[in-house]
Amino acid sequence: MTDDRISHYLCIGCPLGCRLEVEEDARDTIVEVRGWSCKKGERYGRQEHTDPRRMVTTTVGIEGAALARLPVKTSQPVPKGQVTEVCRLLRTLKVSAPVRMGDVVLADIAGSGADVVATRDLS
Amino acid sequence: MITGQATQLKGRYDVVVAGGGPAGLAAALGAREQGAQRILVVDREREAGGILWQCIHAGFGLHHFKEELTGPEYAQRYLEQVLEKEIDVLTDTFVADIDRDRRLKLMTGREGIRVIEANAVVLAMGARERTRGAVRIPGTRPAGVMTAGFAQKVVNLHGYLPGRRAVILGSGDIGLIMARRLTLEGIEVAGVFEIMPHANGLSRNIVQCLHDFDIPLYLSHTVAEIHGRERVEKVTVAPVDAQMRPIPGKAWDIDCDTLLLSIGLIPENELSRQLGVRLDPVTNGPIVSSGMETTMDGVFAGGNVVHIHDLVDFVSQESLLAGRNAGLYVTGNRPPTDNIRLSPGENVAYCVPHTISSERPHTIYLRVRRPMEKCSIRFGTVLEKKLSYVFPAEMVTLTVQPKFLENFHGDALSVDVVAR
Amino acid sequence: MNYDVTIIGGGVIGCAIARELARYRLGVILLEKECEVGFGTSKSNSGIIHAGHHSATDTLKGRLEWAGNQKWDSLCAALGFGFERIGELTVAFTPEERATLERLLTSGRAKGVSGLEIWEPARLRREEPNLSHDIIAALHAPTAGVVNPYEACFTLIESARANGVHVAVDYRVEVLSRGEDGWTVKGTGPDVASRFVVNAAGIFADKVAAMAGVGTFRIHPRKGEEYLLDKRLRGFVKRIIFPLPTATSKGILVIPTFDGTLMVGPTAHETEDRSDITTTLPGSDEVFESVRRVVPGISERDCIAEFAGLRAAAEGEDFIIGPTAAKGFINVAGIQSPGLTAAPAIAEMVAEILADEGMDMVARDDFVPAVPPHVRFATLPLDEQVRLAGDDPRYGRIVCRCEHISERETVDAIHRGAHTLDGIKFRTRAGMGRCQGGFCSWRCMELLARERGVPITEITKRGGGSWVIRRREDGEKP
Repeated sequence: MTDDRISHYLCIGCPLGCRLEVEEDARDTIVEVRGWSCKKGERYGRQEHTDPRRMVTTTVGIEGAALARLPVKTSQPVPKGQVTEVCRLLRTLKVSAPVRMGDVVLADIAGSGADVVATRDLS
Repeated sequence: MITGQATQLKGRYDVVVAGGGPAGLAAALGAREQGAQRILVVDREREAGGILWQCIHAGFGLHHFKEELTGPEYAQRYLEQVLEKEIDVLTDTFVADIDRDRRLKLMTGREGIRVIEANAVVLAMGARERTRGAVRIPGTRPAGVMTAGFAQKVVNLHGYLPGRRAVILGSGDIGLIMARRLTLEGIEVAGVFEIMPHANGLSRNIVQCLHDFDIPLYLSHTVAEIHGRERVEKVTVAPVDAQMRPIPGKAWDIDCDTLLLSIGLIPENELSRQLGVRLDPVTNGPIVSSGMETTMDGVFAGGNVVHIHDLVDFVSQESLLAGRNAGLYVTGNRPPTDNIRLSPGENVAYCVPHTISSERPHTIYLRVRRPMEKCSIRFGTVLEKKLSYVFPAEMVTLTVQPKFLENFHGDALSVDVVAR
Repeated sequence: MNYDVTIIGGGVIGCAIARELARYRLGVILLEKECEVGFGTSKSNSGIIHAGHHSATDTLKGRLEWAGNQKWDSLCAALGFGFERIGELTVAFTPEERATLERLLTSGRAKGVSGLEIWEPARLRREEPNLSHDIIAALHAPTAGVVNPYEACFTLIESARANGVHVAVDYRVEVLSRGEDGWTVKGTGPDVASRFVVNAAGIFADKVAAMAGVGTFRIHPRKGEEYLLDKRLRGFVKRIIFPLPTATSKGILVIPTFDGTLMVGPTAHETEDRSDITTTLPGSDEVFESVRRVVPGISERDCIAEFAGLRAAAEGEDFIIGPTAAKGFINVAGIQSPGLTAAPAIAEMVAEILADEGMDMVARDDFVPAVPPHVRFATLPLDEQVRLAGDDPRYGRIVCRCEHISERETVDAIHRGAHTLDGIKFRTRAGMGRCQGGFCSWRCMELLARERGVPITEITKRGGGSWVIRRREDGEKP
């Protein structure tokens, strides 16, 4: 076993911050994920190694509410490379009050398959 | 927007909670759970929920709700429970004073000044951010030097931007979160500078807020000078020596118009001081029993007002306990007093609560003074728990069951974190 | 427009002169280069009304110090700014220093400074238990006081305005020219014509004098750094504490400000740069090391804010007040410590000079000396608070939670002239407390925008390019 087959990640699944090792064989197939404290950590290691994804949280404009911005999140993690684009697209989006927590403000953003949902009520 | 309005402000409340952030809301629910009747939460903002509304990022609720929520979701869920339980929430109201008879002077934006009486009080005022003066950064005093929390409010609630190019001093979680937030809003973040040799925020935030966006983190570095007369024009940054002093020969300038400060939180204890409860000089918060009661009868405290937490879940948990005990106090079911004092020992900065009882299980929160790998927490000679690593930035929690204390007959236990 | 007198500079000297001249039937305008008066040296000042015995009697500043000291009570009664005679102690650590105290006592008494006495250790411990026990004696001067110098500026100018004086802010004087019957001032605003020009331009007084063709002196700014401490230390020291100058320190003071916050400083270092108001690491070290010797319980950990100001010292170190070779151009220059103390006396002196120079000084019979009182809500008794807040609930809405400043007081400050966050801060104390505006800045910005009817992005910290936030749209990357 050589070190160049081992990649290191820090799990962002929870505040524990487990230090993960992902080991591949010669054909780039993951043989083992080590260092996790829960199954989510193991899954995170595999995902991060093959297709890193992030949940996006940002705000969109809202009209007719007591505040100028409505906080939103993606309904599921989007590919890491798309995070900036998702935020850029949402910067100019404007919705109208009232909005309820969980309302979809934009479906399938940037073809990621993730919806953008409000994370609070705002009127 | 969710705002509650006290139906009546006269007469006596069972429990009045000062502060309607996560601590205050949990405390109110705890008091209700234990049978307190008239409960009032007072908050100075236009809606209760505290800082959570502007913490739009995820990472909350893993302990409490068993799922990862954003700050607003966490706040709304709590607030819905509070309103469901018919707890009065009075917003736009400031607790200006509390006296020893548990009379509270309220300043309300709608109704002027009111004085109310409470059978028990829970202090849940949270914390404030340390500012430039606290670290005495040399240089000019232009606009554009602001706390990370102020920038967060401006961006996330009101939709304005703090500047175009930012430097962040301090690697506290709010600073890390704001590094990512500003980047996603199109503001360039030139770097995060941390005077300590280790980061002050959670490791997960270093990864997802800095590494993901190639924002450099400079450990053992600080901002040595601020330049610009009207608005920040640049900052001088430098590595620091062992005395934490900038090393002049190694300094360099960074052009920026914004300097965000994420240099720590201070428990907000003006009311506690006015009231005369004893404070712990390390935490800057009240000294509390295992029931989160302060040194003053019938006055409880929970959350960041007691000590600075990393996670809102623990704020809620601790404050729920404070509220429950306030409820027990007003219904006459107060548990027996503690019999064991905890004293912070080797590599332990503080522990909360300050006393425990050998009769009940307890969750102990503590912070270490310096990082350590492969270590153990020793709880006198009665309990030892192994840990793979500890950081000052990450609070350590430890559960102590009464069975461990069965054969302990002393009145003080030393808590130590030692190498294995 | 034609005026009788143009005052250049809206520091405490210019403001005091403006208010003094408002007593007469004169057309007066004051020009200030900052966006509000008092935003230069006067704001970054120790705020001490000196007891009267420190400077020598054979100097102009020595004479005006004691004369000025006597005038602050009636000014305060009329204008309501923060002022209190809390007294000062000059402390001695050695027998030689004690001998210096005796000399100060003698010369002070000769000047007529009342109440001077030497305190022995027993009295000192009783009155000021937190001073170093190495102090062997102290000279007590009850005539010393503290004032909020910016409030003095704001209320002096408010009173001057109410009595007909014009004020132009953001007006930087660029050219002075002498014509047949007076002066024309050109600058960053409309031209101003007047018979007389009073040069109260502080650290730029030599530049302004040069514009008038009488550049006979040079200002060499001397920087002072000051550090404000947390309110927790309120009452730790009750009087202004002066050490005697030593070989290593020119004397760092401990100042219990009018608002109860302890302030330590100032340093005294010459600087070539007239815009240098930086605080420095060596300056901070110097202040805290020096203060610890006198009050050992004070630490840099208690610091909540710091600032620096420039003293407008002239060569010769005395005030330069009087007419010049340029007819109608009057200097009020080189006003360094005790300039604040002397300000009311300087203003009267300027009125006398104008009369001597041929200005017809006719007193107005409609002069109103007082300004409407400022409500300091937090200091009122509860029943008074309840009454006020009952009439106007904005008194009940707290804007600044550190200093308990209400929305009504903030709005009043805006209507009395606050244009900026600093303008509010120095009028109401909102943002001056331990959180340094972390919580109230946004509220203050909202109120400024609302009351002034401007977008919130136009609100500045202290005018000019000191913007605080910007709109999102212009930050979009293509």
